[in-house]
Amino acid sequence: MRHLLDTKTLAREDALRLLDVAEDMADTQQREVKKLPTLRGKTIVNLFFEDSTRTRISFEAAAKRLSADVINFSAKGSSVSKGESLQDTAQTLQAMGADAVVIRHGASGAPRTLATSGWISAGVVNAGDGTHEHPTQALLDAFTIRKRRYGADSRGRDLSGVKVTIVGDILHSRVARSNVWLLGTLGARVTLVAPPTLVPHDVSAWPARVTFDLDDALADRPDALMMLRIQLERMNAAYFPTEREYSRRWGLDAGRLAALGADSIVMHPGPMNRGLEISAEAADSPRSTVLEQVANGVSVRMAALYLLLAGTERVEGAAAAGTQKEDAR
Amino acid sequence: MSQVILIRGARLEGSDAADVLVEDGRIVEVGAGLTRAGATVVDADGLIALPGLVDLHTHLREPGYEASETILTGSRAAAAGGFTTVFAMPNTSPVADTAGVVEQELALGEAAGYVTVQPIGAVTVGQKGERLAELGAMADSRARVRVFSDDGFCVWDPLIMRRALEYVKAFDGVIAQHAQEPRLTEGAQLNEGAVSAELGLTGWPAVAEESIIARDVLLAEHVGSRLHVCHLSTAGSVEIIRWAKRRGIEVTAEVTPHHLLLTDELARGYDARFKVNPPLRREEDVLAVREGLADGTIDIVATDHAPHPAEAKACEWHAAANGMVGLESALRVVHLAMVDTGLITWADVARVMSREPARIGRLAGHGTPLHVGHPASLALYDPSPVRTFTAADLAGRSLNSPYLGRRLPGEVRWTLHRGTVTVADGVVVDSPLAGSGVGA
Repeated sequence: MRHLLDTKTLAREDALRLLDVAEDMADTQQREVKKLPTLRGKTIVNLFFEDSTRTRISFEAAAKRLSADVINFSAKGSSVSKGESLQDTAQTLQAMGADAVVIRHGASGAPRTLATSGWISAGVVNAGDGTHEHPTQALLDAFTIRKRRYGADSRGRDLSGVKVTIVGDILHSRVARSNVWLLGTLGARVTLVAPPTLVPHDVSAWPARVTFDLDDALADRPDALMMLRIQLERMNAAYFPTEREYSRRWGLDAGRLAALGADSIVMHPGPMNRGLEISAEAADSPRSTVLEQVANGVSVRMAALYLLLAGTERVEGAAAAGTQKEDAR
Repeated sequence: MSQVILIRGARLEGSDAADVLVEDGRIVEVGAGLTRAGATVVDADGLIALPGLVDLHTHLREPGYEASETILTGSRAAAAGGFTTVFAMPNTSPVADTAGVVEQELALGEAAGYVTVQPIGAVTVGQKGERLAELGAMADSRARVRVFSDDGFCVWDPLIMRRALEYVKAFDGVIAQHAQEPRLTEGAQLNEGAVSAELGLTGWPAVAEESIIARDVLLAEHVGSRLHVCHLSTAGSVEIIRWAKRRGIEVTAEVTPHHLLLTDELARGYDARFKVNPPLRREEDVLAVREGLADGTIDIVATDHAPHPAEAKACEWHAAANGMVGLESALRVVHLAMVDTGLITWADVARVMSREPARIGRLAGHGTPLHVGHPASLALYDPSPVRTFTAADLAGRSLNSPYLGRRLPGEVRWTLHRGTVTVADGVVVDSPLAGSGVGA
C-alpha cells in the first residue's frame, strides 16, 4: 500500500487485509509489552492543520507501539500559520526524511494533493480532510462492527448482510463518506438518516438508502447505529432551527435506545454532544462501542502504518495469514 | 513585415479556396490566381481562413497583476490563438472603473501591437456592487467603452442592475452579467452534484446561475435594455435564454470553450487546474450548451482567459484560484467540441467567434467578413493535425491550461491583425509593429 487516502478506491481485499492485520495488532496489544520493533528507524510525521487531539494521539500511539519515531507538526504556532504553502511544508518534511506523513487538513483533497504533487516521496495517510474522507475512522468502525459480531472468528470476514444506520450531518461528514464507501465495499447495507438540509444534493451514486425519519430507520432493526457529532454552528446556517428540535427528531434518546434490537450496537466517532445527538443513557449503555472504537482505532492505525511502511514483512510474533501476501498495489 | 501580402489558396470560412491580397492593412482583392509583384506570398493550401477572432471575455491582469499576465503577454497569447481583438475585463488593480484606467489599457494594447485591446468598464465602483461607476465617462473616453461588467462578481442588487441596464442605453452599451447568486454560492468550490457530494467540496448549484439569469432577462425586458450573459454553463440557463429570446427580450449569451468540452468529473483528482468559476458542470450541461450554441440560443464563444501564477494552482483545491487560460486553445477546442461533432460549420465558427462578439461589443470594423475593403484581420487555421497540447502551445505568461496533456485538433498557422503579421507559420512574431508601419 503506497498511500491511504480514501475508502472510495480501497479494494475489498485491501480493506480486509487492513482489518485482518489490525486483528494481529490488537492481539499484540494484549501482551504485557505492547511495543513491536517493526518500524524501528522509520520517521512518521503527524501533520495536523486542524486541531484533533483524539486522532493525533491515536496515530501517535500506533506509531510508537511500532517503534517508529514520531514528529508532531501542528499548524498552530508553526510556519503554516504564517502562510507557508502546503508545498513548502511538504518539501520541508521531505528534506527531514519523513517516511510517512499522517495529514489532517481542513481542505477536502489536501492529502491527495500531497500524495500526487511530487513534492514528497513519503507515504501519505489521510487522517481526515475537510468534508471528504476519514478512512481510518471508517476502518476502525468496520473493525468494531466485525469484532462485536464475530469476535475471535473475525479474520477474513466481510460485513455481508449487516445493517448499519448512520445518523446526522451527512453533508459535512467525512466519517459518513468513508463509512458509506467502506461498508458498501464490505457488503453491509447502509442507511443514512439526516435532516434533508444535511444530505448532499446528489447521492444517487452512493451505495446507501437515505431517509429523513429516524424512527422509520430504527424500525428496520439496524445491527449498528452510528450517531454523528452535530456541530452547533450548523444551526446558524439554517440547516436546522434549534438544538432542541434536532435532538427530538434525530437524537438517540432513551425511548429510541429501547427500540433497538437485542444485539444492536450504538457507535459514535467522538467527541460526543451528550444530550444532543446522543443521550447519556445511550452513550453509557452496554450497547455503546464508543470506547472500543477508540481502542480499535490504535490497532487499525498500526495496521495502516505497518502496511504503508513495512509492506511485505511479517508482523513479528503475530499469527498473520494476511500479512504474508505481497501487496499487489 | 511587408505591407503587401498575398495569401494563396485559403478556404474562406471553410468553403472554396481563394487568394486574398492584403495591402495597407486591408483586403484589396479576393479571387483565383491573383498575382502581385513584390508581395509576400503565404501558401495557405489546405488552411481555413477565418476573420480575426474576437474574444468578448479576456482577463489581461494589467494593471495590477502583472505576475499573471500583462497586456503584452496576453496579446501574444491572443494572437497565438488566432485572435485579433480581445475585450479586457475590468477586474484589475486598480479596477477599470474610470476613463483613466480604460484609456491606459487601450494605449498599452496599441503599443503591444498584436491585437486590438478593447477595455470593458466596471459597472460599479471597485466592482463592489454598491454604486454605478462613471459609465458615461468611460463611454466617451478614447477607449469608447460599450461593454460593462463586474465579472468575477455578480451585480447582485436588483436595483443597481436595473439602473445599470437602463443607464447604458444612453450610449448603446450593454451590461455583461456574471450570473452568480452570492448567498447560494458561499464557499462554493465545484458544481453541486454527484461529484461534489463524493469529493466533499461545497457545491456551486446550477440554480445560483439560473436564478440570476431569469431575474436579469425579466429586468432587461422591463426596461427595454440589452443584456449579455457571461459564461453560461448549465442546461437550465440555456432554457431560460431560449425562452427569453422567443419572447423578444434583447439578450445575448456566451459560453466558454471549457464548458463546451470539460465536466466536473475532472475534479476527482483535486487538480486545481480544473477549478474555474462558474465550475465545470455535468455531461448533460455540456451537451446542452453545445446544442444551445448550435441553434443560436447561445450567441458566442468567449474564452474567460484567466491566467494565474503557478503557486495559485499548486495547492489545495480550496486555496486555489479560479480560472484557466484559454486564448491559445479556444479555436482548437471549438473545433473538437463543435465542428468535429458536426454541430456547426466553419462559417458558424466565424459567426460565434468573430462577427457576433464584435457586434455585441459594438466594435465597428472588427469581426468583419473576408471581403474586399474590410480590415485584413484574419487567422489561417490548419484543421488537419491532431497533437497533444503542451506548454509550448502557450504564449502568455501563465501555464494554467486544463488542456495540457490532452489531444486537440488543429493549429493556427498565421494571424494577421489589420495587415500586420502577428503569427507567422505557427510562431508568434516578436515586435509585430517593427518594420511594417501598420498600427492597430
